[in-house]
Amino acid sequence: MRGALWDWAYAWSVMPDLMRGFALTVQLTLISAALALSLGFVWSVVRLAGVPLLSPLAWFAAEFFRGTPFLIQLYVVFYVLPNYGIAFSPDATGVLVLGVYGAARSVELYRAGLESLPQGQWEACLALNLPLSYVWRRAVIPQVAPVVLPMLGNLVIVMFKDSAVLSTITVLELVSRARDAGLASFRFLEPLTLAGLLYWAVSYAAARGVRRLEARGGHR
Amino acid sequence: MGIVDRSEPMKATASQGRPIVRMRGVRKAFGPRVILEGLDLDVGAGEKVALIGPSGSGKTTILRLLIGLTEPDAGTIEIDGQYLWHSSRGGTLERADEAHARQVRRCVGMVFQQFNLFPHMTALQNVHEPMEQVLRLKRPEAKERARALLARVGLGEHVDKRPSQLSGGQQQRVAIARSLGLQPKLMLFDEVTSALDPELVGEVLGVLRELAHETDMTMLIVTHEIRFAADIADRVLVFDAGRVVEDGSPEIVLKDPSHPRTRQFLRAILER
Repeated sequence: MRGALWDWAYAWSVMPDLMRGFALTVQLTLISAALALSLGFVWSVVRLAGVPLLSPLAWFAAEFFRGTPFLIQLYVVFYVLPNYGIAFSPDATGVLVLGVYGAARSVELYRAGLESLPQGQWEACLALNLPLSYVWRRAVIPQVAPVVLPMLGNLVIVMFKDSAVLSTITVLELVSRARDAGLASFRFLEPLTLAGLLYWAVSYAAARGVRRLEARGGHR
Repeated sequence: MGIVDRSEPMKATASQGRPIVRMRGVRKAFGPRVILEGLDLDVGAGEKVALIGPSGSGKTTILRLLIGLTEPDAGTIEIDGQYLWHSSRGGTLERADEAHARQVRRCVGMVFQQFNLFPHMTALQNVHEPMEQVLRLKRPEAKERARALLARVGLGEHVDKRPSQLSGGQQQRVAIARSLGLQPKLMLFDEVTSALDPELVGEVLGVLRELAHETDMTMLIVTHEIRFAADIADRVLVFDAGRVVEDGSPEIVLKDPSHPRTRQFLRAILER
């Protein structure tokens, strides 16, 4: 059976490990996505608020995180920061770095969304003397959300796939599990294929959801 | 000569009683382009003033300055006796903050060329929600007043429609009702018919005419509709290159302008 193209029995035997990795991948993605979207929102408001020093800093930080490889950021936090007494577990490092990286990327999306709102809407709010909390809650967010949500959805899908990089810092997520299974038996075909299929199934379903969201936004 | 007051001789620049608008030495430039320079302007409470003149002459900028959408580079603006961007402390003027401007412009309303309604809300929500927020009315009362206002501008049937389901003229009437809901003493109308198809202009001008005749609200109307301006305004200001070149009753300004530029401008507009 060793030479067979696809060994069903072996594939079945690695599934429990893969599913454990898959569960961790999904968890890490959801936590970092929550971090990314909330931090990213605050980050873009600070960026756009025109606060001296703070806003340019927020702009620069977003550009910096978007403009450097995710892998480098991950290695710096995992291998360099511990030398200065700042150390996290592999899982925490992964969530933190993936979350901040996603947040930096979401800053651009929130900005694009806010800029899609016609200037006249802000002017009407000012002319009506509406309180700022109302302006955001009732005028801005309901108009900007249909534009921004699909973009954020796509970002989360990208983060889900990028989480594979966490395998390089010993996080036992899906790719690590597939690789370890392969190394243990010298058969990589089944675990890697199954891992790829799991990524694809989730991404595909999520992308369909995003498309439905886009379609709904377009009807408004 | 239907309305007697209008034919009586009056000094047009005299603002009866306390001025609701007082601009002194106002300068506004956008980059190297100077829009207004050393502008002095008084508008008396209750006056209906039409601002006319070629585009780029600074009319719209005046409205935007009066509601605080832009700040003057120099000079002072008083609304109903209060400085918009300054506070007077012991006789000297100090620069005041946004919160102060916010409080002063509460008595000013503005209607825009592009309506600027909230597209995701119904006509009724567009009108009653600001009333709740700004006048602190309870929802049922705000709704009731909003319905009455919408009925008054002829939209009683359309209160539950969204802007996209209404014609431009109807949207603009919702926008007028929205501003009126906040009970401004001073209403600014910025070319409110310019974005409308010709057949929809009349319905909006009709609402303005009614407001002009039936309320004591002060109205500043930037318009290209000269005949309309002549009909409803007590006073016409003609602008050119950021300066007032004519100021007087419509009879005087529109029928016998003194400035050659005004004659030229009026001829151009009337011949359209």
